[in-house]
Amino acid sequence: MVPILEVKNLRTQYKTESGLVKAVDGVSYYINEQEIVGVVGESGCGKSVTQLSVMRLINSPGEIVGGEILFEGQNLLQFKANGPEMRRIRGAKISMVFQEPMTSLNPVLTIGQQLIEILEVHLGMSRKNARQRVIEMLDLVGIPGASSRIDDYPHNFSGGMRQRVMIAMALLCNPKLIIADEPTTALDVTTQAQLFELMKSMVERFKSSLVIVTHNLGIVARYAHRIYIMYAGRIVEEGSCKEIFRNPRHPYTIGLLKSVPRLDDQEGKRLVPIEGMPPDLIQMPSTCAFLPRCSYSIEQCRVEPWPELRKVEGTKHYVRCYLKTEAWEQCRSHSATT
Amino acid sequence: MSMPDELILEVKDLKMYFPITRGLLKKKVAYVKAVDGVTFKIKRGETLGLVGESGCGKTTVGRCIVRLYKPTSGQILFNGKDISSLPENKMRSYRKNFALIFQDPYSSLDPRQSAGNIVGEPLKIHNLVKSKKDYQERVEKLFQSVGLDPSLMSRYPHEFSGGQRQRMGIARALSCEPSLIICDEPVSALDVSIQAQIINLLQDLKEGSLGLSYLFISHDLSVVKHFSDRVAVMYLGRIVEITTPKKLYNNPLHPYTKALLSAIPVPDPDIEETRKRIIMKGDVPSPVNPPSGCALHTRCPIAIPECKELVPLLRDVGGGHEVACIRVK
Ligand SMILES: Nc1ncnc2c1ncn2[C@@H]1O[C@H](COP(=O)(O)OP(=O)(O)O)[C@@H](O)[C@H]1O
Ligand SMILES: Nc1ncnc2c1ncn2[C@@H]1O[C@H](COP(=O)(O)OP(=O)(O)O)[C@@H](O)[C@H]1O
Ligand SMILES: [Mg+2]
Ligand SMILES: [Mg+2]
Repeated sequence: MVPILEVKNLRTQYKTESGLVKAVDGVSYYINEQEIVGVVGESGCGKSVTQLSVMRLINSPGEIVGGEILFEGQNLLQFKANGPEMRRIRGAKISMVFQEPMTSLNPVLTIGQQLIEILEVHLGMSRKNARQRVIEMLDLVGIPGASSRIDDYPHNFSGGMRQRVMIAMALLCNPKLIIADEPTTALDVTTQAQLFELMKSMVERFKSSLVIVTHNLGIVARYAHRIYIMYAGRIVEEGSCKEIFRNPRHPYTIGLLKSVPRLDDQEGKRLVPIEGMPPDLIQMPSTCAFLPRCSYSIEQCRVEPWPELRKVEGTKHYVRCYLKTEAWEQCRSHSATT
Repeated sequence: MSMPDELILEVKDLKMYFPITRGLLKKKVAYVKAVDGVTFKIKRGETLGLVGESGCGKTTVGRCIVRLYKPTSGQILFNGKDISSLPENKMRSYRKNFALIFQDPYSSLDPRQSAGNIVGEPLKIHNLVKSKKDYQERVEKLFQSVGLDPSLMSRYPHEFSGGQRQRMGIARALSCEPSLIICDEPVSALDVSIQAQIINLLQDLKEGSLGLSYLFISHDLSVVKHFSDRVAVMYLGRIVEITTPKKLYNNPLHPYTKALLSAIPVPDPDIEETRKRIIMKGDVPSPVNPPSGCALHTRCPIAIPECKELVPLLRDVGGGHEVACIRVK
């Protein structure tokens, strides 16, 4: 199978007063057709910058300094960020749902004006047909009274309803790929649940692929087919959803799983925090960025550069770590000490 | 000696209505019914979790207890004495019994004060130290008790990470040796790996001090369930269910609790594969004009016509499991 998106060795950096921030530092991944892929990591690890790079939405002082972004057989990095090619792709073939819908909706235009224009520009539809199509789409994403609400302004909608409008907008041109970057983080859990169930049924219906960017492990466990775990601007682990949760391997992934309280935890269970803090992306060592927080490191981790993602023998699981299977097992079975 | 089941706090039918005013004369045109009849108890040494979606009134409950707000009506009994309408000068001597820990360690600390001053200030306000040396020692101890190096005392808040700032907030809260700590979303602004550090710290402090009680407020049911001895679930200004974390998970009774639980995915794909979701219709209504009767009836999957009429009261359905729903037998 040919993936619909393949990112190779992507590097994106920000020139700041305090130094060069290597926000994305050699990230490679792919998305298959009709696949739901989770990208997980704590804040600042480069999840959003990766996705914005794919959309070619990186602005100064940021710059994509290397890599390839292959979409439908073309390297998107050969196009101008604001050139006609990217404008044809962005919002039509690849669309994005952001955490804060107000940043991507124009407050002085009605929902209808904004969504109809997308159809006119990208698909050359007549205004009348476009309006009909927008109403259908708003109805489909569960906005009651869509035929009148189409003429409302963004501020007339609640946070949850606005995010539904964003989902409708993302789906309008039947994109190949939808990127949802923490789309519900600011919303309540019952609304989050509504929206994720909606997104899942929509991408199945429209046969799109979906990238879910989140720090919430529960959400990826429920929706993703495959998962990438990011740390300090790199991917540290990749595998099928089941594989990652059943046999997490990178000590960071294992640490994340042990540090979150779960609804189904036994009473009195103690969390195992990851000690220390994520690194500063300005002064990155050449060794593994997780080394200062890892209790399982071996001599090799301290002297050799951070390894590439490598396949764990006999699996379809990739991990960026020198440790051996026994060490991972030990790490997994380690429980809290008071 | 304190009795094992001694109540430290009892809140009875608490209401907090914020007026909405209009025009130059500030004419009251309506009220935000932020808290609309809340009743609960906290025993000495107990942690009560308060969970619910944003805007349901959790913060307002906490702020009424420490009298940052003067409640519209209801009683707040602290060690048996009603403090809900104490005048401010009398309230002052009670304040040192309470401490508040806030969500946002970035904005809740005075940026111009050194870390040492931030942590030690309440000791001075409440005249709890005898000498400069005593003060210095107490502040050092507080730093150590929250896992901060006392050598950081002369630094300023912006030099600390989010997790460290939350530790400072906790040290400050502990300074007056309060008997009740109200934690309002104490880990919501932190990354998951740091969250666990703070949750464990709060837990250690509880285990290390006899009789310290917590009101632990959060929108995150997984966190609340992990930390609390009992959990109260709020919806639109009222408590709909109170029980132990175990019963809440294994046998939730209120339809809202059930929906809330089912909305939270567990980090385990094998469980999620078969777990059914109860998806609630629509959004939470406005507390300015809440639905009549049971506030959930507009979204509830099992509502009957009576639910529109009757405000259901919390009642014990056995073993201290309280629920406010007329549909629950
Ligand atoms: N506009 C910017 N200027 C400078 N640094 C930035 C900018 N945007 C992002 N960064 C840096 O890039 C890194 C990755 O950020 P981001 O991709 O947003 O993280 P997240 O995983 O939380 O989405 C962070 O260290 C952040 O500080
Ligand atoms: N000082 C205030 N004045 C007016 N309305 C308020 C005030 N504080 C809170 N509210 C309103 O009261 C309701 C409950 O708020 P809050 O207690 O902050 O909820 P929570 O902490 O559960 O998110 C919300 O509708 C909020 O907008
Ligand atoms: Mg982000
Ligand atoms: Mg609050």
